[in-house]
Amino acid sequence: MDLFISLFINGLATGMLIFLLAAGLTLIFGLMDVLNFAHGGLFVWGAYSGIFVYTWSGSFIVGILGAIVTGFVLGWITEKLIITPVYGNHVQQILITLGFMLVLSECIKVVFGPNSIPVDVPSYLAGSWEIGEVIVIKYRIFIIVIGLVIFGIFQYVLKKTKIGLIVRAGVMDKEMVQVLGINIKRVFLFVFMTGSAMAAFGGMLMAPYSGVIYAEMGMEYAILGFIVVVIGGMGSFSGSLMAAILVGLAGSFMAYYVPYLSLAVNMILMAIVLIFRPQGLFTNAKEG
Amino acid sequence: MMNSLLNLDQLQTHIGQYHILQGIQFEAIEGEVSVLLGRNGAGKTTTLKTIMGLTPASHGKVIYDGQDITKRKPYDIANLGIGYVPEDQGIFKDLTVEENMKVAIRKETDEVYEKQAYILELFPDLKKFWKKAGGHLSGGQKQMLSMARAFVNDSKLLLIDEPSKGLAPIVVEKVMEAITEMKKKTTIILVEQNFIMASRIGDTYTLIDDGKTVHSGSMAELIGDEELKRKYLGIG
Repeated sequence: MDLFISLFINGLATGMLIFLLAAGLTLIFGLMDVLNFAHGGLFVWGAYSGIFVYTWSGSFIVGILGAIVTGFVLGWITEKLIITPVYGNHVQQILITLGFMLVLSECIKVVFGPNSIPVDVPSYLAGSWEIGEVIVIKYRIFIIVIGLVIFGIFQYVLKKTKIGLIVRAGVMDKEMVQVLGINIKRVFLFVFMTGSAMAAFGGMLMAPYSGVIYAEMGMEYAILGFIVVVIGGMGSFSGSLMAAILVGLAGSFMAYYVPYLSLAVNMILMAIVLIFRPQGLFTNAKEG
Repeated sequence: MMNSLLNLDQLQTHIGQYHILQGIQFEAIEGEVSVLLGRNGAGKTTTLKTIMGLTPASHGKVIYDGQDITKRKPYDIANLGIGYVPEDQGIFKDLTVEENMKVAIRKETDEVYEKQAYILELFPDLKKFWKKAGGHLSGGQKQMLSMARAFVNDSKLLLIDEPSKGLAPIVVEKVMEAITEMKKKTTIILVEQNFIMASRIGDTYTLIDDGKTVHSGSMAELIGDEELKRKYLGIG
């Protein structure tokens, strides 16, 4: 039972980290229908820039803010330079964003060096609690809490605020939103920047969790993010959360019980969902 | 004194390789209902879309309230006080009636909420189904919601595209009553195939054929002109 709880918490924390990445993708891919493989690049830039600011300032919170600002700025650049010319064309989106992903990864090596960088958990989040025979790592609980808070914020914004309604309306009928007097391009730019900031935020939180950051980690997590969005249902935050937890738990348990299948389990999950429920596990996606 | 609110001067529009509008001449007078008439495919809907900036004009001018709005963006044009009710109603199907209205409201002022209350008196079905998703409304209710959204702001001009299309006669009657009521507060340009409805509501008409204005005048004149109706509308 103790082992089960440990694996469960581990899987939940990993799932929440994937959710933070997938939340941005849910906005960009699920709602705006943009296949942005550069999302992983924003994730890794978030990790590096956040850790750089954290090291410089000595404050993990300031580091997180640094990562979020980096995500916003890179999101703006990506949307303006890379995405705007290819809206509505998936093939071109895949090609150009994959290329940009490589550029972002290589730029990491130029700016921060080619070697991986070890990262420590901030002192106040380091250590663990012992509950009976179960060891609960503090940083994992922190990630789980942050994931749930972010989920709550997004649900609230999308369902209860005017900007959320505009985003949902814009996804359904961009033209109609425009003739109601709303500059939908500006709204979608903001959505894209928010999604990018979420990726960067996820990258920053991932850094102490994995203990090391490296330039190529973006692609690995971007693929996980896409898997989660597909399993959860396009544009569904609830779906992304559930799918991320599912992927996290599956990875955690499989890595212990069937280690040779641990890398394949996500693909198997996605294949099963695509065969039996191609719209994703959680329907009525655009309602959040 | 009759004030011209909107003027289309030799308007031409291309959609892809097609030359849809080839010279639309039109004037909407403040406080009136101007009806655009013509056969299917004549260019009536494209005329409204060109006014809204959705299918930008390739030649000619759109003058609204003294300003040239030909090259403006759709959201900019809407913010000048032009409301648009498209042919397909453009309802956000996953949003409730209330949420559809919220998206449409530009400035949340007391005046707007008073207007919303007035609209809900005009369309009691919307009040009844306030929390219902737009996609679950009937055709008539969707039409009412679409008109309500366009009308709720301080719109000086409303463009309404085929409001009677696909609706049962009893619902058409309700829509007509609503437009007659809205006419008291705003200027309306109406595209309508149903000549009985158009002739009852309209003050003036403009006949469009093959993307060109071929005739215009008062609705009373058209009602009495059997030859014109037969030639361009296939009536009589």
